[in-house]
Amino acid sequence: MKKVTFEIFRYDPDKDKEAYYKTYDVELRRPGYLMLDALNQIKWELDPTLTYRRSCREGVCGSDGINVNGVNMLSCMTKVEDLGSDHIVIQPLPGMNVMRDLVVDVDDFFTKFITVKPYLIRKSPNPDKEIYQSPEDRKKLDGLYECIACGCCSSSCPSYWADKKYLGPNAFLRAWRYLADSRDEGAEERLPILNDKHGVWRCHTIYNCVEACPKELNPTEAIMNIRKMLLDTEF
Amino acid sequence: MSVKVEYHKFDVVVVGAGGAGLNAAQVASQHVKTAVVSEVYPTRSHTISAQGGISASLGNLEEDHWHWHMFDTVKGSDYLADQDAAEYMTRRAPEMIIALEHIGLPFSRTPDGKIAQRPFGGHTAEFGKRPVKRACYAADRTGHAMLQNLYEKSVEQGTHFYSEFYALELLVNNGTVNGVLCYDIQNGEFHIFHAKAIVFATGGNCRIYQTNSNAHINTGDGLALAMRKGFSWSDAEFFQFHPTGIYGAGNLITEGVRGEGGILLNKDGERFMERYAPTIKDLAPRDIVSRSMMKEILDGRGVGPKADHILLKIDHIGIEAILEKLPGIHELSLVFAGADCTKEPIPVVPTAHYQNGGIPTGYLTQVIKGNMDGEEYVPGFFAAGECASASVHGANRLGTNSLLDLVVFGRTAGEQAAKFAQENPFVELVEDAGKEGLATLNKFANANGTNTFGPVWEELTRIMQTNVGVFRTEELMVEALEVLDKLEAKMDDFRVVDKSSVYNLDLIEALELNNMILVAKAATKAALARKESRGGHYRDDYPDRDDANFLKHTEVYLEEDGKTPRVDYRKVRMQPLTVEPFPPKARVY
Repeated sequence: MKKVTFEIFRYDPDKDKEAYYKTYDVELRRPGYLMLDALNQIKWELDPTLTYRRSCREGVCGSDGINVNGVNMLSCMTKVEDLGSDHIVIQPLPGMNVMRDLVVDVDDFFTKFITVKPYLIRKSPNPDKEIYQSPEDRKKLDGLYECIACGCCSSSCPSYWADKKYLGPNAFLRAWRYLADSRDEGAEERLPILNDKHGVWRCHTIYNCVEACPKELNPTEAIMNIRKMLLDTEF
Repeated sequence: MSVKVEYHKFDVVVVGAGGAGLNAAQVASQHVKTAVVSEVYPTRSHTISAQGGISASLGNLEEDHWHWHMFDTVKGSDYLADQDAAEYMTRRAPEMIIALEHIGLPFSRTPDGKIAQRPFGGHTAEFGKRPVKRACYAADRTGHAMLQNLYEKSVEQGTHFYSEFYALELLVNNGTVNGVLCYDIQNGEFHIFHAKAIVFATGGNCRIYQTNSNAHINTGDGLALAMRKGFSWSDAEFFQFHPTGIYGAGNLITEGVRGEGGILLNKDGERFMERYAPTIKDLAPRDIVSRSMMKEILDGRGVGPKADHILLKIDHIGIEAILEKLPGIHELSLVFAGADCTKEPIPVVPTAHYQNGGIPTGYLTQVIKGNMDGEEYVPGFFAAGECASASVHGANRLGTNSLLDLVVFGRTAGEQAAKFAQENPFVELVEDAGKEGLATLNKFANANGTNTFGPVWEELTRIMQTNVGVFRTEELMVEALEVLDKLEAKMDDFRVVDKSSVYNLDLIEALELNNMILVAKAATKAALARKESRGGHYRDDYPDRDDANFLKHTEVYLEEDGKTPRVDYRKVRMQPLTVEPFPPKARVY
């Protein structure tokens, strides 16, 4: 069986003064062996003290965003062999406080996407039936609603690292998902939040978020759309 | 032992933040002070993985009626469902779907802008005559879209969230449930949530099977906590094996694939479901399709070098239709099966997917204690979602009825728990509240013995898979119980290597494993006692359904020792709320 070396960021605030890296030899036990399989192998067979997050193991819950050889990704969707390397360096998502090993503090991240009011806002009374929406209007939500809140985008964004109050690409993608919804009437309430100095104007359009998104979504495009909407709106 | 415990007081505390928990929370929060405690962040609960749809007789594409949906639910359950609950759920379904749409769920649409619907296994028109389009869906990301919406809605409603909190003990004073002890995974601190009403929405437990579709967290913790306090697990022997888990990986391929025209093929390229369910073929209920697939495999018509799986073909509906209606499964088959389903079939195999039973409740979600002599409600205790059993799934769950179950009964639990909290005072905590949970945690935190999680869990899932799976016999299950007893003994000589107070996954896994062994024992005992075949429970040694002796719910309680399962029974509620009952008939499709 092929072996690959994993060099993993370790830090336990209970006992470590500073972080360090520890290496493990992992066997690739079947074709398509995933990074999560490898982490589980280390945890269950080599070193039970290694800590990381995981839940659904199929790329939809967003628990297991990590940084592998410098790129943010989900461990449950990434095949080890696809990395094309026998030496793999794993770190926690950058730009977020490390709680322990590969586990970062995501409270701030979750709070930020909630501030953009990510739910349908209605001024007109709802009908007894569904609010009708044409397939064309529904199509506008494709590429927006699939966000799994893994944090890979925001954590890869230098503006997010530099400005602690910056809402970040994830929050903007989520805001645009509702602004673009033909059923929504909440633009007036959301736009001032997005127009803030920690809002969409702080994006420097370097597309790191697009590259990092494991679901191939495009937060930068969402930011551009919000900017256009802001420019077209009179307050 | 002296430990610091932080106390909180809420009117309603919901344990679990999946679809049922969040729907309960967003409703309860509109009336009373409500908290949610959850092992993971809410958007990371297992509901997120639900793919193909949620059923409701909206009739958007063809005529439909809740009464037909109710019939399908009762027949699909192999007549073990409580018919009052089946009526309640199917009648409320349309308004629930509309409520979800109104909070933003991005359903796929018909050309005239209505919610789109597609066929799913076991759903029919006119009491079984033909398949009907009843499943509402958001492409194949229905659960994902729903969970995100419900989370965002409950935050808007002011729900208090305690994420990455692991529940250790359900608290009870003199028969009234009044709180829960939790462990903060992030910093190792203890919290007691004192509440007027507790809602359990802790999800399923299929991680006890080797090939399963479940998230890492589906370890039956809620069931174990309830059973340790003297409550029962209803219909513990009924697990649903979903026909189309990806071979080797377990990730699910939604039944929506067959709803869109996908077909199952054996090694001869034969569409074998025509032999087993001539009327609705590949859209037969899941228990029937799973068993038919296993029969093909056992008869030597499986696919692959080991002849141990089946092919699911969908490429004939066209690449555009696949990418529009099934984009998620396209991605899943590429990553987990290495198959591009627009060109080639997906290798699939029946996969443990759902526990049909759960903590027994009335149709208004109040937890029941009962046996053949009757049943009574437990004050302060409500349950909804996969950990609960209202019971609408009985011996086999229809596809899309799980999302409906968690939405309807989640909402009802929120309404009922809030009402209970408004009408009742706090019941004081007992003096040493949380003592047992602290002791269990302490036992594993200090465990310096021999056995570790990996090997014990592997043995647990292996024995459940081979001996308590799609086909069962007395001999296999007796052997399974012996193995489970040995595994249980290993937990007394266990080793948790990690001693940190911060995010100690090693410790959490030990606690989960301890619960999984209890759950596996209870399920096996229940299956051994049911000497008949019904729905997903198939006994080679008792191949027929036996209504004279087994048209009743199993209730597994623990003996006084807190670990030995005892099997009891409770009557099925055959009387619906307003319509005539559906008497048991032979189940053909």
